[in-house]
Amino acid sequence: MGAVMRFLRAAGRLWLVPVVLVAWEVATRMAEDIFFPPPTTIAARMHELWFSGPAQQLWLTEGALDNIPTSLGRIFAGWLLAGVIGTALGIMLGRSERFSQFVDPLIQFGRAIPPPALLPFFLALFAVGAQMQIATIVFGIIWPILLNAGDGARHVDRLHLETAAAFGLSRGQRLTRVILPSAMPKIFAGLRLSLSLALILMVISELVGSTNGIGFQLLDAQRSYDYPGVWGSIVLLGVLGYLLNAAFLAAERRILSWHRTANQTT
Amino acid sequence: MLEISNLTHTYGSGPGAHHALGGIDLRVTQGELVCIVGPSGCGKSTLLRSIAGLLKPTGGTITLGGTPVDRTPDDLAVVFQDYSRSLFPWMSVADNVALPLRRKGMDRGRRRAAAEEALEQVGLAGASGKYPWQLSGGMQQRVSIARALAYRPSLMLMDEPFGSVDAQTREDLEDLTLRVRNHHNMTILLITHDIDESVYVGDRVVVLAKAPATVVGDLRVDLPGPRDQITTRENPAFVHLRAEVGRLVRGMRSHPAAAS
Repeated sequence: MGAVMRFLRAAGRLWLVPVVLVAWEVATRMAEDIFFPPPTTIAARMHELWFSGPAQQLWLTEGALDNIPTSLGRIFAGWLLAGVIGTALGIMLGRSERFSQFVDPLIQFGRAIPPPALLPFFLALFAVGAQMQIATIVFGIIWPILLNAGDGARHVDRLHLETAAAFGLSRGQRLTRVILPSAMPKIFAGLRLSLSLALILMVISELVGSTNGIGFQLLDAQRSYDYPGVWGSIVLLGVLGYLLNAAFLAAERRILSWHRTANQTT
Repeated sequence: MLEISNLTHTYGSGPGAHHALGGIDLRVTQGELVCIVGPSGCGKSTLLRSIAGLLKPTGGTITLGGTPVDRTPDDLAVVFQDYSRSLFPWMSVADNVALPLRRKGMDRGRRRAAAEEALEQVGLAGASGKYPWQLSGGMQQRVSIARALAYRPSLMLMDEPFGSVDAQTREDLEDLTLRVRNHHNMTILLITHDIDESVYVGDRVVVLAKAPATVVGDLRVDLPGPRDQITTRENPAFVHLRAEVGRLVRGMRSHPAAAS
């Protein structure tokens, strides 16, 4: 009963998707514009490009195995690196007024630079390859994590800190048991924003200097006038972005369950 | 064991300065339960925070067990009024209680056992796996009392510990405090603005005047034990002491016959 109701409710929310798809299909078939292939053509091209491989590869093609994990790897490497560096620096900023005042102008300047503007520099510094792409991603996405971690660490409840001091917690304990968990909801908000930025910067960096990856495939399709392929890559990126966000939210719900429930009850 | 002499504290400086403590002298002996009462805003919390080493007083000295307090003393535990902000919501009840015990060099198993034991003493044997926010206000305050107990401090400071719970829970927690105090023979300094509570719980009631706070009364409470919420409170000696403390808090002259 409950499951059926849930299914119906989900179906009720999703009804717009098939309507748009059908409308798009009809419109594109009527227009017969080469730049706007119908969704079925795009889906067929996507299947051909990525999902028509042998069963022992889970039906993934060589093209899929070459490009999708590579791109995901770059996203995750950049995101993890930015997460670690951003959180560490952010907590230092949040806990030290002097350090914060000292480096704040640098941070404001750094985050004002549009990350793609640094691509030529990273390209010269690292040449084409994963290093250059990861550097672009890290530089572009570290700011929300850094600023949020700083904000979270700055606003730890005074009574939490006094309790920690009164019971003589060591510096390490104060950091790992009080400041870090207390800043965690803010850090997660930064990480979530950064994850979607990482996807964007991954594509940009692959469009400029890469020999593989989804962004490269997109560029490659465009160069060979394969418009269903271009659209297929766009759809794939959209689906990836959606899945990454959903996975992140699920993880956040588990890890920060105390935060959600504690704030509901008090 | 606790000696405070001529303690002064001023917040800020210049014409806007606030003189919170105006020279406090106080001695607390081992095993005593001393209640400090005074009108709100009289500097009670400033006094407690100075003893806990959370605040550096501008003048005077505090010694605990013979050593001057210049940072947080090792064997001191604090129970704050605001339990919901003093307990850590990201840790289970048992982890909250066990967290300070690392400092005592106890291994994981012994920390766990000590936390369970303390929770049992406050009547929360089954709650160790829960989170603080899953418990009622009174139960949360029991958890912070358990945290202080498990730490086995020589001095326990309680800052308006029952100020945020309902009347029934308040009585339960007062009795709990008396019980654990007898069990551990701890020295307790309890700050309250509730005159009845100070007389009911304390061996001694120290009355502070309005800021800048000074000690205006120091009364010994000689009530028969064990104390009981009904019979103790109807005891003529209780009623008399309560009136006496009330007069002192309101800044009236002490009744000559009652002066100790």
